Amino acid sequence: MDLDLVTSILAIATFAGASLVLATIGEIFTERVGILNLGVEGMMIMGAVTGFATAYRTNNVWLGVVVAGIVGGLMALVHAFATITLRADQIVSGLAITLLGTGLASFLGQVIGPDGGPLVGLTGPKFTKWPIPGLSSLPLVGEGFFNQDPIVYSLFVVVPVSWYFLYKTRPGLYLRAVGESASTSDAVGVSVFGRRYGYTVLGGVMAGVAGSHLSLSYTPGWTENLTGGRGWIVIALVIFATWNPARAVVGALLFGGVNAIQFRLQAEGTNLPASILNMSPYILTVLVLILITRTDKLRQTIGAPAGLGIPYHREERE
Amino acid sequence: MTTTQPETRRLVVEMRDITKKFPGVIANEDVTLEVRRGEIHALLGENGAGKSTLMSVLCGLYQPDGGSLHLALHQEELCETVLRSPRHAIQAGIGMVYQHFKLIPTFSVTENILLGAEDTPTVLDLKQSGARIAEIAERFALPVDPEARVWQLSVGEQQRVEILKQLYRGAALLILDEPTAVLTPQESDALGETMHSLAASGVSIVFISHKLDEVLAYADRVTVLRGGKTAATVDVADVTKADLARLMVGRDVLFSADKPDAELGPDALVLHGVTAMGDRSVTAVNNVSLTVRGGEILGIAGVAGNGQKELVEVMTGLRTPTAGSVTVRGADLTGKSAIDFIQGGVAHVPADRLGQGLAGNLPLTDNVILKSFRSEPISHRSFLNKKAIREMSIRLIEAFNVLPGDPDAKASGLSGGNQQKLILAREIDATDRLAVGDEPAVLVAVYPTRGLDVGAIEIVRDALLNQRAIGAAVVMVSEDLDELRTLSDRIAVLHGGEVMGVVDPASTSKDDLGLLMAGERLS
Ligand SMILES: Nc1ncnc2c1ncn2[C@@H]1O[C@H](COP(=O)(O)OP(=O)(O)OP(=O)(O)O)[C@@H](O)[C@H]1O
Ligand SMILES: [Mg+2]
Repeated sequence: MDLDLVTSILAIATFAGASLVLATIGEIFTERVGILNLGVEGMMIMGAVTGFATAYRTNNVWLGVVVAGIVGGLMALVHAFATITLRADQIVSGLAITLLGTGLASFLGQVIGPDGGPLVGLTGPKFTKWPIPGLSSLPLVGEGFFNQDPIVYSLFVVVPVSWYFLYKTRPGLYLRAVGESASTSDAVGVSVFGRRYGYTVLGGVMAGVAGSHLSLSYTPGWTENLTGGRGWIVIALVIFATWNPARAVVGALLFGGVNAIQFRLQAEGTNLPASILNMSPYILTVLVLILITRTDKLRQTIGAPAGLGIPYHREERE
Repeated sequence: MTTTQPETRRLVVEMRDITKKFPGVIANEDVTLEVRRGEIHALLGENGAGKSTLMSVLCGLYQPDGGSLHLALHQEELCETVLRSPRHAIQAGIGMVYQHFKLIPTFSVTENILLGAEDTPTVLDLKQSGARIAEIAERFALPVDPEARVWQLSVGEQQRVEILKQLYRGAALLILDEPTAVLTPQESDALGETMHSLAASGVSIVFISHKLDEVLAYADRVTVLRGGKTAATVDVADVTKADLARLMVGRDVLFSADKPDAELGPDALVLHGVTAMGDRSVTAVNNVSLTVRGGEILGIAGVAGNGQKELVEVMTGLRTPTAGSVTVRGADLTGKSAIDFIQGGVAHVPADRLGQGLAGNLPLTDNVILKSFRSEPISHRSFLNKKAIREMSIRLIEAFNVLPGDPDAKASGLSGGNQQKLILAREIDATDRLAVGDEPAVLVAVYPTRGLDVGAIEIVRDALLNQRAIGAAVVMVSEDLDELRTLSDRIAVLHGGEVMGVVDPASTSKDDLGLLMAGERLS
């Protein structure tokens, strides 16, 4: 493999992986307090459509990102209300959020364009690359890490801060405790309710922003099914990362990389049918899941928050 | 026991006329409890008498439906307090050690202790906090390693962590819910010492126990609950064991069981050279050979964590041995699954009630039929027979005095002791059905009387002896040496996964058993 090829694959991998990293870290926060939110796909796609529509109308990409975050957060709030307050089944509620999100996004895509028309096919404002002088011309990593848009750059902060927060601070300790056992946390004076709400909404905000990165930078514009199942890959990545934000990056780059290679191969005209190539990231997801559950026995004891998916009510016995 | 007259010490807790209702049950009705400074106060009562509920009210977990609470833990004068959450109670100086520990297994000792403590810094400094914990541990003689993960600790060590956690937060009242139920005799003695030294330093202690000897040995005063009401509060110096039992149960209790000579039947369960791995991939059971015959009780003694759990799992088909064979009533079941063992004649009373014994969210009726739903008359061609299920449930609930006896209530709503009775009822009923002709059924009972009150222990012991009398082969795992000695015909002592010896309880002293448990072979 020549150097240029590697450089360009890394560049696309980073670019494609950014939204995955953001949404995965958001979902890690949510699952770490014991709430499984399968609504990521719905929240991402709603973030994508509202983010693009806002940016198109106001000609301001940043406003698009903000609106996408708010929309994602509100959808997560619905999930929080259903599962924490009403103690509904988390899987059912999460799936409902995804169904609602994809349906609503496709509807909105038809009607929130100019004059109540469709958004599809419009070119709006998008994030431009901000090459960092000097660093961006480094061999190998320069393209990938230092010639990107500001959302990608934000990950340089988001990832280490999330990791540090989770493992080195008191709020992080409390957040992990709630996910391990809500009843234990409550009994030792760590309140459960507020934390579960807060981090579920945070996860939604991050998924929404991740969605807007797709429509405002990665594949600028709006098309039906823009997220293409990325929300589901996020759910798998959380497991792959064993609920650790730092490892989420590795996973996201890997998936971004597969995407990149697949694009390359298609561009170079292989004999492989496009549908097989398009499937490859998902096949990889399944393979990785099989692999980590088979090889890493400890995963279950150190990985999944023990209280994941379990509703909590103080005066009810477990 | 106490040097200063307890009466002269001031009250630090007064619970007046506390009432707490649950759907269909009044768990506490006008209960009054007074605790003095530096006092060790025992709380006694039958299973379901409302002890845990009362303590949950005192630690802010449950809101009472009536009555008031007055505290003087951080000030001189009693002052009416409403505890809206466990957090409030902690701030008021109340520390609770629950029956089921409130520890997070994947966290380290330090992390567990820092959880919810007032002065935990925003940016954690585990080294420094660990040092502070080690210092408190030293002061109160509660040795633990602050960096160890909780899942690596023995039950006794976990309990020390729980107590340390409360002391770290400056608790002035320590509540212990059945602290000795899960401890070995040595660990219980150590806990007794700890309680005394804490009390001497001014900490008040309320502890719940079913073991009357312990109450007499450790406590200054005792409050007895019966049916959710206060039956009496007495000075330990003024009462005997029989008095306490009578106050609890409302009748006289026999403390020793009569045991006729064993009439041995055929070999029922034979283990030959069994070796098995534990969950952490180390050998947990090492080359164990045991034979249990119909009509006898084989006791299994040993300090917890010496392979009892894995051995029982091998006996019940829950764990596949890596070497050796398991034969039940002449059939080689090595490597077969739990259902084959059940159908082959093995009943199992597991140690973990809610994890392996009961489905907490299901009603008592469904739990009762968990082992018999495949057979007539409970089901007929894959359809359940509601009427037969109800009859069976009511029969077993009455036979084992499960309270409250509503067959449609959720199993998780039962108190710990009553859950245990329900499991026993189901399994003993199963052994009755499993016995065919002269082929005895096998009953493997793990800690069968753990957490039971004296009345219920009587029921269970009678039931086990009755099984023996009708020819069942009974394996009983227990940490209570007195119980093992009274009930067993032979005792196998486990240490490090090996059988150190199989001894005759009549001719083996408690000390010798202790030596075997510690891993020394008798010469
Ligand atoms: N959360 C709950 N929901 C429903 N019923 C409950 C709940 N907690 C307790 N009860 C009921 O209240 C009564 C008292 O239970 P509690 O656990 O206080 O008994 P206990 O004295 O601690 O018994 P044990 O010695 O068996 O632990 C029981 O009848 C129990 O079934
Ligand atoms: Mg109790």
